[in-house]
Amino acid sequence: MSQVTLSNVVKYYGKSRAVHGIGLDIADGEFVVLVGPSGCGKSTTLRMIAGLEAISDGEVRIGGRVVNDLPPRERNISMVFQNYALYPHMTVRENLGFSLKVAKVDEAAIVRAVDEAAGILGLAELMDRKPAELSGGQRQRVAMGRAIVRQPDVFLFDEPLSNLDAKLRTQMRVEIKKLHQRVGNTIIYVTHDQVEAMTLADRIVLMQDGHIVQVGTPLELFNTPVNTFVATFIGSPPMNLIDGVVDGETIALDGGLTVPVPLQAQGRVQDGQMVHFGFRADNLMPEGHGVFEGGAVATLELPVILTEPLGTETVLFTEMAGTEVQAKMLNPRPVRPGETLKFQLMIDKCHVFDAATSNAIRV
Amino acid sequence: MDRNQAHRNRKRGLKALHFLALFLTMSIICIPGLWIVLNSFRPTVEIMAKPAVWIPSFTLDHYRAMFGGAGEGGVPVLSYFRNSLIVSVVSTAIAILIGMSGGYAFARYRFRGKSSYFVGLMLFRAVPGVALSLPLFIVFAKVGIIDTHFGLILVYVALNVPFTIWLTDGFFRQIPKELHEAAEIDGCTRWQAFWKVEFPVARSGVASAAIFAFLTSWNEFALASQLTRSVGSKTMPVGLLDFTAEFTINWGGMCALAVLMILPALILTFIVQKHLIAGLTFGGVKG
Repeated sequence: MSQVTLSNVVKYYGKSRAVHGIGLDIADGEFVVLVGPSGCGKSTTLRMIAGLEAISDGEVRIGGRVVNDLPPRERNISMVFQNYALYPHMTVRENLGFSLKVAKVDEAAIVRAVDEAAGILGLAELMDRKPAELSGGQRQRVAMGRAIVRQPDVFLFDEPLSNLDAKLRTQMRVEIKKLHQRVGNTIIYVTHDQVEAMTLADRIVLMQDGHIVQVGTPLELFNTPVNTFVATFIGSPPMNLIDGVVDGETIALDGGLTVPVPLQAQGRVQDGQMVHFGFRADNLMPEGHGVFEGGAVATLELPVILTEPLGTETVLFTEMAGTEVQAKMLNPRPVRPGETLKFQLMIDKCHVFDAATSNAIRV
Repeated sequence: MDRNQAHRNRKRGLKALHFLALFLTMSIICIPGLWIVLNSFRPTVEIMAKPAVWIPSFTLDHYRAMFGGAGEGGVPVLSYFRNSLIVSVVSTAIAILIGMSGGYAFARYRFRGKSSYFVGLMLFRAVPGVALSLPLFIVFAKVGIIDTHFGLILVYVALNVPFTIWLTDGFFRQIPKELHEAAEIDGCTRWQAFWKVEFPVARSGVASAAIFAFLTSWNEFALASQLTRSVGSKTMPVGLLDFTAEFTINWGGMCALAVLMILPALILTFIVQKHLIAGLTFGGVKG
């Protein structure tokens, strides 16, 4: 059993608070990603779980056992570091077997475990090399292999892919997911990259300034962000936000446009309330170049400022109510900047956030 | 084509100049040493000859005399050698142990007054050792450790620790802290993480620190000449003084002893040179 429970965990550095009493339940075998901008406390949280940082207040349990005062070696965890932290004076084989050697496991068992891990990660050819003779991706694999060999209760990943180039990152992302499917251990993964979070996680924990902002599956965070921070952090391109004022059944956007109040916010807004009106690029599409699922649709004529062709779709930068927004064009045709297109906005997919609190207004 | 040729010629010319400059520099460094070696093998008349004799003759007289009886110009070389060896090896070992721990602490831990403490250590290096010789002499005489190996070892440890701390601090600083964190997660205690991971990685640094400490102790003259006086504790540099009499200096004998002194240092440096070069360049990156 390797569930991880954080209750009211606090971290002080001197007098400043880095983590503000966070609580989190991670189930056995779950893949949880802690994501957030730099300085949000995600790495600190991970390091407290690992035992590399002292816990100032609160409680961390691994497998039901309080580990606050246990050194890292007694927590039965493995960690993959951003800079790999391979032992430079040891060969790949020695690196992989190090933890078992320290634990005084007998030689034959070490060889078996190391060979198995090497097989999973395709390291067999590299066993006698030193880390300095490996490429970035190979080092990353060795670091993961070293984590597997221990058969820990929990895997901790601290931004493991940020030192790799874009192509390798995508490749390793898939390998990490496969690894999780294969070994099935609990994984806590820290990243600042929302794409990694979306693609890997069973559940995303989005953090900001030492607080947890929202916890949920990738689609929950994508479809029902609790505030504008989540809305703009998750998803690419980020959600478009336009300021406006509620006027009966409609929202008057600052630049002069008027749109109906989306279904999910109807009856929850008051006349004269200042709001942010939000929608994703996927929900603003040129006529004839989108997928519409019914519900209210607003038709707008907007000028195209810039295009970003991606192959299957083109991201269109346009201006709506004086604010630059992004739209998506499926089955794209060439579009020239300056061209004016007829766009359709799926009103019921739109979001309304209170301007004062930035919190979402929905049923 | 012509332009390429000219470029190549210029490059060759520069390379030749480079070698010449290197040769001159190396000569300036090496000729005094070479002269000592040569002098140890030539008769005294030739050493004193003016103008200098450039083509040396060869004799082992000075060595024979040095190892000979006390009346025939002999000195207790083996005792001096033993004293030097004991004092240098023991003081180096202690200085490395203390210095390495200190350097590690400075590199890894945060504590109050860290930087001023560090500066203080470096300032201590600024005090010329000889200035301490009289106070040391008086204190050591009172305590009764004058003219002993122990006294000299104590002085050399104090002399070497600050430098060792400074050097090893630089090396440990370059080792990412994730390395010992990884080791701790892999099941090591802090202590094991140090010995199994950080120490082996910093080995070249420690080796170069050790060489420096050893050479300092091995070659030190000023303090040793004050604090030792009997055959039982005099080190080799002090032993060189045995060749000076009231009116004469036995240059040949002095050079012969000097050669014996240089040899072990040379051999040791040669053995660890691979580490030394790796270590010095590695540590050199540190600002």
